[in-house]
Amino acid sequence: MAGTWVFVDQRDGNIRKVTFEMISKAKKFGDEVSAVVFGKGVEGLASEFAKYGADKVYVADADVFAEYNTGAYVAQITAMINEYKPNAVLFAHTFNGRDFASRLAQKLETGLATDCIDAEISAGKGVFTRAIYAGKALAKVEVTGEPVLATIRAGVWDVEESSGAGEVVKPAIAATDADVYQTIKEFIPTVSARPDLTEAEVVVSGGRGCKGPEGIKLVEQLADMLGAAVGGSRASVDSGWLGHELQVGQTGKVVNPNLYIACGISGAIQHLAGMSSSKFIACINTDTEAPIFNVSDFGVVGDLFKVIPVLCEELKK
Amino acid sequence: MKVLVCVKQTFDTEAKIELKDGKISDAGINLIMNPYDEVAVEGGIQLKEKKLADEVVVVSAGSDKAMDAIRTALAMGADRGILVKQDTAADEYARAVALAAVMKEENPDIILAGHVAADDGSSQVPTRIAEILGLPHVNVITNLELADGKAVCTSEADGGTLVTEVSLPAVISCQVSWNEPRYPSMKGIMQAKKKPVATVDAAAADNKVAILEYSLPPAKSAGIKIEDAEPAEAAAKLADWMKNTVKVEVK
Repeated sequence: MAGTWVFVDQRDGNIRKVTFEMISKAKKFGDEVSAVVFGKGVEGLASEFAKYGADKVYVADADVFAEYNTGAYVAQITAMINEYKPNAVLFAHTFNGRDFASRLAQKLETGLATDCIDAEISAGKGVFTRAIYAGKALAKVEVTGEPVLATIRAGVWDVEESSGAGEVVKPAIAATDADVYQTIKEFIPTVSARPDLTEAEVVVSGGRGCKGPEGIKLVEQLADMLGAAVGGSRASVDSGWLGHELQVGQTGKVVNPNLYIACGISGAIQHLAGMSSSKFIACINTDTEAPIFNVSDFGVVGDLFKVIPVLCEELKK
Repeated sequence: MKVLVCVKQTFDTEAKIELKDGKISDAGINLIMNPYDEVAVEGGIQLKEKKLADEVVVVSAGSDKAMDAIRTALAMGADRGILVKQDTAADEYARAVALAAVMKEENPDIILAGHVAADDGSSQVPTRIAEILGLPHVNVITNLELADGKAVCTSEADGGTLVTEVSLPAVISCQVSWNEPRYPSMKGIMQAKKKPVATVDAAAADNKVAILEYSLPPAKSAGIKIEDAEPAEAAAKLADWMKNTVKVEVK
């Protein structure tokens, strides 16, 4: 059995940081670690993984992998798993990662642990900690099927440099156009200079207390000073001030940044579920009784319209 | 055209989670239809209202409590229900096997479901069902257009929005931003009581994931709180904390 595989989450050659987090963690299991990358023109990426400890890098480069599509990707990795027999395959818990891993898990009739925040893989046994009820509880689970499959939340592990041989392996291309059942008509990238909400180091969120687009502008101004992602509570999304893709909480995104700043957010339990695993939490709210203060490392009782402009000035100093 | 919608009964998203004897306690917890599945039900009903579908069938796998989710969907406007009686300890694999067995019998043109359940957060079952049935799937859709035996889906993707076409039958999982689910009307609730709901036993399948233990995340505690300070003073203290304790980088 050939160790742990980490599937590389990338688009147009831009590799998500969670990929390196997974390789760094997998290295600690003591078994062989391989990065697996699919795409078109991705051979140049192969050298990226050795410095985090990848012993091997499987590169499947073909036109049919140019854009993520479930059918071709599953056909390819299934053939590779049958040939090389990894103990475990880890995927990023992104939209693509969970789509890929779910379909693969069923094809191989094995178990899959999604949205994991910790993992321990040894001797073919995979034990994972999963956030359930949007993080209000944790479940420790063991995947009993083979191979062990899991999707991993971004930001739960550190990226650590270590040395690996990074030997490039080019598996036979098993997927063909006939495996593709989803025709991609269009991909419209989000036009934003801000980082992805689920990968950002800092997230600044606005809630009902923003009162409208003017308040959200202040939140954005603060975010841009910090190179942060912008998020929102359900109230600000339902009011149309922010798109649903920016909602943080139980029916939105779960975020895990180094610093989360809640502006004008009271901290309903559904919102807390989406952000309370942040390393540091700050809040600005007029209501001293707001539950957000109970989880904040630093809380300011005050009006965000008055506090944020001064805060931006102070940060510039 | 027949639409089949998968629904799951889950805890209210406002519920506070507590453990009892090492398990998640359901004492005093209000149960609701998974909010993502509610959107799938609404989507199915709208297809019927647009005359694109003739029948909307709701299916749920679980204990007798799942009947409430089915009745809610019927009250919203679905035509009939199927309760697949299954141990609630069934994992995503076993659940998908049980639901897919019913779908093979029903042979729908389109299968709708929420893209994730608010309780276990797995987001696996719709995709697993598609694999079992050998059907195409699209996940996390925010819009759906049906024409000429094809579905054109707009979906939330990593770093953008994706427009994908698949041929029907297909499995489609939805994001909450697709539509605004209706509240059942009093008339709908009365009618739902007369709508047929079949009960079948789940196809046997062994779990592929074992739950070893549940725990609660470490409770966050309140730290520094600045009250009764002028905004300028409070902002300066917050900035100081951000720079020296969190060590943020200012662009």
